[in-house]
Amino acid sequence: MRNGCFAKMVCIPIALALVGFRPLFVYAKPPATDSTLDLSAAVRSILSNHCFECHGPDDAQRQAELRLDSTRGAQLELPSGYRAVVPGRPEESELIRRLRSPDEDLRMPPPETGKRLSQDEIELLASWIRLGAEFPVHWSYRELQRPEVPDIDSEWPTNEIDYFVLYRLQHLGMAPAPEVDRSALARRLALDLTGLPPAWEEVERFVDDDGPEGVSRLVDKLLDQSSYGEHWARLWLDLARYADSAGYVDDPPRTIWAYRDWVIRAFNDNMPFDQFTIHQLAGDLLSEPTREQLVATAFHRNTLTNSEGGTNDEEFRSAAIVDRVNTTMAVWMGTTAACAQCHNHKFDPISQEEYFELFAVFNNTEDHDRRDEQPLLELWSDQQREQQQTLPPEIARLESELAPFRTSVRQAQIEWEQIWKTAPTSRVIVPTQMTRQADSAMTLLNDGSILVARDGATDAYQLKFVFSQDTTINVLQLETLPDDSLPGKGPGHNDDGNFVITDFQVQIQRPVRLAEAHADYNQGGFEPSGAIDADAKTGWAIGGQLGKSHTLSLIPEQPLVLSAGTTLEVKIAQEYEYYTLGRFRFAVADDPRMKDYVRMPAAISRILGVEPSQRSVQQADDLANYYLSIWPESEEPYARWANAKQRLADMTPETTVPIARELPDAKRRKTHIQLRGNFLNLGKEVSPGVPDLFHAPGEEVLDRLALARSLVDARNPLTARVIANRYWEAIFGVGLVRTSEDFGSQGEAPSHPQLLDWLASELVRLDWDVKAFLRLLVTSSTYRQSAAVTAEQFENDPDNRHLNRGPRFRLSAEMIRDQALAVSGLLSRKMYGPPVRPPQPELGLSAAFGGDIDWTASNGEDRYRRGIYTTWRRSNPYPSMSTFDAPNREVCTLHRARTNTPLQALVTLNDPVYFEAAQALARRLAAAASTTADGVQEGYRRCLSRDPSEQELENVVQLYNQVHQRLQAKPEAATQLATDPLGPLPAGADPVEAAAWTVVANILLNLDEMILKR
Amino acid sequence: MHASVEQLQLSTRRHFLQRGGVGLGAMALAALNGECQGAVSAPANPLAPHPPQFSPRAKQVIYLHMTGSPPQLDLFDYKPELVKRDGQPCPAEFFDGKRFAFTSATPKLLGTPRTFGQYGDSGVWMSDAVPHFREIADELCLVHSMTTDEFNHAPAELLLFTGSPRSGRPSLGAWVTYGLGSESENLPGFVALVSSGFQPNGGNSSFGSGFMPSHFHGVQCRSKGDPVLYVSDPEGMDRPLRRLGLDTLAELNRMQAGELGHPETLARIAQYELAFRMQMSVPEVMDISRETQSTLDDYGAQPGEASLANNCLLARRLVEAGVRYVQLFDWGWDFHGTNPSEDIRDGLTDKCATMDKPVAALVRDLRQRGLLDETLVVWGGEFGRTPFREGRTAASDVIGRDHFPDAYTMWLAGGGVKAGMSYGTSDELGFPVADNRVHIHDLQATILRLLGFDHEQLIYRFQGRDYRLTDVHGKVVHPLIA
Repeated sequence: MRNGCFAKMVCIPIALALVGFRPLFVYAKPPATDSTLDLSAAVRSILSNHCFECHGPDDAQRQAELRLDSTRGAQLELPSGYRAVVPGRPEESELIRRLRSPDEDLRMPPPETGKRLSQDEIELLASWIRLGAEFPVHWSYRELQRPEVPDIDSEWPTNEIDYFVLYRLQHLGMAPAPEVDRSALARRLALDLTGLPPAWEEVERFVDDDGPEGVSRLVDKLLDQSSYGEHWARLWLDLARYADSAGYVDDPPRTIWAYRDWVIRAFNDNMPFDQFTIHQLAGDLLSEPTREQLVATAFHRNTLTNSEGGTNDEEFRSAAIVDRVNTTMAVWMGTTAACAQCHNHKFDPISQEEYFELFAVFNNTEDHDRRDEQPLLELWSDQQREQQQTLPPEIARLESELAPFRTSVRQAQIEWEQIWKTAPTSRVIVPTQMTRQADSAMTLLNDGSILVARDGATDAYQLKFVFSQDTTINVLQLETLPDDSLPGKGPGHNDDGNFVITDFQVQIQRPVRLAEAHADYNQGGFEPSGAIDADAKTGWAIGGQLGKSHTLSLIPEQPLVLSAGTTLEVKIAQEYEYYTLGRFRFAVADDPRMKDYVRMPAAISRILGVEPSQRSVQQADDLANYYLSIWPESEEPYARWANAKQRLADMTPETTVPIARELPDAKRRKTHIQLRGNFLNLGKEVSPGVPDLFHAPGEEVLDRLALARSLVDARNPLTARVIANRYWEAIFGVGLVRTSEDFGSQGEAPSHPQLLDWLASELVRLDWDVKAFLRLLVTSSTYRQSAAVTAEQFENDPDNRHLNRGPRFRLSAEMIRDQALAVSGLLSRKMYGPPVRPPQPELGLSAAFGGDIDWTASNGEDRYRRGIYTTWRRSNPYPSMSTFDAPNREVCTLHRARTNTPLQALVTLNDPVYFEAAQALARRLAAAASTTADGVQEGYRRCLSRDPSEQELENVVQLYNQVHQRLQAKPEAATQLATDPLGPLPAGADPVEAAAWTVVANILLNLDEMILKR
Repeated sequence: MHASVEQLQLSTRRHFLQRGGVGLGAMALAALNGECQGAVSAPANPLAPHPPQFSPRAKQVIYLHMTGSPPQLDLFDYKPELVKRDGQPCPAEFFDGKRFAFTSATPKLLGTPRTFGQYGDSGVWMSDAVPHFREIADELCLVHSMTTDEFNHAPAELLLFTGSPRSGRPSLGAWVTYGLGSESENLPGFVALVSSGFQPNGGNSSFGSGFMPSHFHGVQCRSKGDPVLYVSDPEGMDRPLRRLGLDTLAELNRMQAGELGHPETLARIAQYELAFRMQMSVPEVMDISRETQSTLDDYGAQPGEASLANNCLLARRLVEAGVRYVQLFDWGWDFHGTNPSEDIRDGLTDKCATMDKPVAALVRDLRQRGLLDETLVVWGGEFGRTPFREGRTAASDVIGRDHFPDAYTMWLAGGGVKAGMSYGTSDELGFPVADNRVHIHDLQATILRLLGFDHEQLIYRFQGRDYRLTDVHGKVVHPLIA
């Protein structure tokens, strides 16, 4: 590991020179810093890279009791009697002696580390000691002071940013680039602020509006568009590791899109960043939190949930808390806390104990790696919420209409109950003959029931009953019985014990019509009535109550009157394979009351069996309500009332979202240090806390709310620097601090420290108004420079750290996709709601233990929604977007790579989504153009927001002509090119022309200028 | 302030650039330590081949992963004592206080129902489930003392391939391609092939690039549909037409490069040309119908299927064409005994019949073509299976074993490993490792060593921390190296 830091400062450029040109390892030249260069920062950087591993904050690794990361530690007299640093006297300082020692045994760093300081570095340390060896706080933790804006007499600056940039450029003997042309600026602004290219009319308007306020006007307009929030939410969702699946092995879907919508709205509403922070980290702890504040807390519910069999919930809950700590530190503090999970941080002063104090802050939310993602917040649509308001009074009104009956029918009910004082009974009948379609056995048991061996196919059982005396049958009952020999104890043959009776026929010489079928229970969708209709697909089943006995009661149209010796034949058809009955018996009831008895819900007949004095209030109410529902005069008012009540009860939320909820005091968890990061290997107990390094909150209770407030406290300098730098990075491509993920001592120092501090203080001064801050960045002259670069300039400063040209870097995966859809007119502007599934290639594979990876593409406009709405499945992210470096969002992503690969070319050339866009664009070009040149111009305006140069026009027209000529001989190929997958051409369109335009549009969509900002 | 300090600092930095006194090894190493912040925009090919730190024994890797984990005690690790004690309760010392995925009550020991024998000049033990492996017995280096930390599929597979049980880190293939680049100009450096219908347990992360850029992500090639996503031209687009379009595109992009001067534009032209070549070379290399019938028969391959047999043959074709790392995943090795296909008797026979023949053919084929010495072949699961019968299915007719991380078998072949060797043992019942324990991180360190890397120095810096495949663990198992 040590070689990493070594190489970083010293070796890379040399390696470059000798090993060859490999971009991933390319380093920009060390950033030039402000003239107010901080000696101690340079010293700290040298010491951090070469010495802290053994003489730094980690006391477990510390050698010779020397720590060089604090003034006191460096100057302390050591057990050996030496002092590493004697202020003012480098020659007496053991540090310098050891660094210079010719003796390999004494020289530091030890030769086996492979580290060695250059003479210049040693000189720098000596100068620092000579000047007093002050060890001020690391630059990023230092108090934020608003620097003075350099006073320069120049026409160039638009705002303060430009003075800082120009000051540096003048020192370097450089000049800013000229302003980019107007149409390119319109496109750059639209892409940076909304993620979408501007409409041509907008570009023309902006070109004409060339007064001093033109840029501001366009910027304000763009910031006002709802596409602004959709674009900027994407960056935040990378940080929040938002996805529509729960992660780990089966990666099941997770419903959490309400959080994504919250982020989009927060950006569009320009919620100040301090509130944005507090709501997400601790919205639930605010007094009387609003619905939106609770939704915001889903931020930390985006951690993975593991529902694989045999996993320990506590292990993965603990893993989620670790992720919350790391993410919080990374997002707000630009600090890598992960090291301190297992040991004291080697380079930044965060101890393992402090790490688990932070862990303790997050350790008391209710969620604990449950598959159902509890606790959830239910979210209701506006219409539903209105109904929730209007239905209760409506129910009360209907209840008042029903109320008179409650007294008027009371006597009748008492009389009715008398009828049921004894329940009607039935008697078991035993068949004289049993047959079935399948071969295997049917066995008659002692209790009159029949046990049927499992066969597997569909089946039909036929039974004959001969009555030895005159019998009247008002109700014929089939009782299904559990049996230990059946799968899942039956009563059916399917693996779980279920069956489906699809048809039931009764015959006494001739067929008997069955009027009604009732059951004491049925599986949803498998009603008893399905057993007596003629439809073989419908039937009665009991899934949900397997392994128990149930009764199907059949009421003939007329009571069946059988004289002695008559035969009753019954046929039970079962048309679902395996879903056949395993054990059952028949019974008959001649008591005519049985008909009404089986018509009652089972719950009501059970209540009737309870002595009136023994009934609960609920039971008495249920019975009274039932009686109202069958009493002729109250039947209708009852139905109205019950229906309204049911509608209220049946309402399901539009969606749910997992939220943070603090455990009650009695259930609070204790936090222990986890030794080597192992959740089973616990050390001492710790209380909630914030590393000393950061501004500790003054609140009495140190909870998430206190932590969130401290992060955005005006006295906390780090967050403002980190956030200002992140927005800078998003606009300019590289942060003023290039290592935007590491503001600690291993990170790079800012290229323009004064500018960074001014921006950070401005962000605070603006009360964290993000739109105002972005406006500042994009209206600056620095931003408005042309991006053109000479070879020499590029070689000296490939990443534009000097800021003497405009930003130019690859668009994000979402932007590339959205742009292709937008310029071709396919893009849907529908906002919010459940994630959508645009077309993706069929892979014919399933996820391990999970469902298909393939999905059925959404219909209609959902195929063409912005990328932010695409279903984000962590184990299998949308392939064309991951090819353009979209992360899988398993963990917080601080910045995406911006690669340039042949697989990307294949996506934009051949992915049906992109080719469909080419076809759609082609039809627009064909329709708009009277000449080929007009069509090409239209294409350039739509795609690139500019007119083509003469040469470009000539080349593209030539391409059109060549393709057109080739395709004339191949009308079938032309039709395919123009219509697959978009669909038939409009009436009258020529397929060869449409195909030629499609090839042209395909090339326009692949232009470098479409993929790199200009 | 401190104008002199600024000068001093600048001169120091200049000095860094001019300095020359560092040895070649350190330089190559330094190059590996490069940090990618995503902001770098210079164009060049990060997959260009580059030499490792030491002289390598292997130049490329074919990794055969049996997703789900095959039962070592029924294939390679013969335990007569366990057979003798079949049906006895599992000794408490091996069960109490341990966690198993699907077994909670004291289970019964399960001796193998399979017949074992010794094969090859080296007398390697193998069961009758893998008869074709007998032919390659003397090529194999079996490690019977593998251990891992994880007993669930996904974390175990991620630990195996990324060095960490949680997703987010680069996989072995990504590390190898990052370290060595690719020998092929027209093919990806790292290819993944999946058979039996399911993605690996770790999803794409098992062949992903984690926090490295997507250059290093394994490219999943398929025998059905597009062999690489979007490699086929749209319907109606023939090659000359595509060429016409790309010629114009290159011309337009050159104008853009001339106007704005960004080298990335030129790099993009090159990537489009590479894509155009890949459209030819990928379908070509993926087309096994170009092989002779006798080769197809050796592997049991049938053009058009997504079988392990086809993938083994493809692996050879890919390696031959210069692909650095080929990762195979074959689903269906999770022998719990929850259904007859997971029974260690007939179920295992049937499953092995789809595997041992093509894998043996691959090793022989590599040998015959002179590729085996420079190609490391690795075979194994993400963990092993218990010496006892799994709890859930203990009462059924089907016999299976639970997940077991403490001792299991993997094998390596070619690429500088000792052939015909058995290394390490489990105890007489197959529970703990008795000697020469090899942890997953040790295996990773050894694989990297064979490819010419010190695993402690193959480093990638991400978000403020240096990362290695082996995290902070791992030691090279030198006895495995020839």
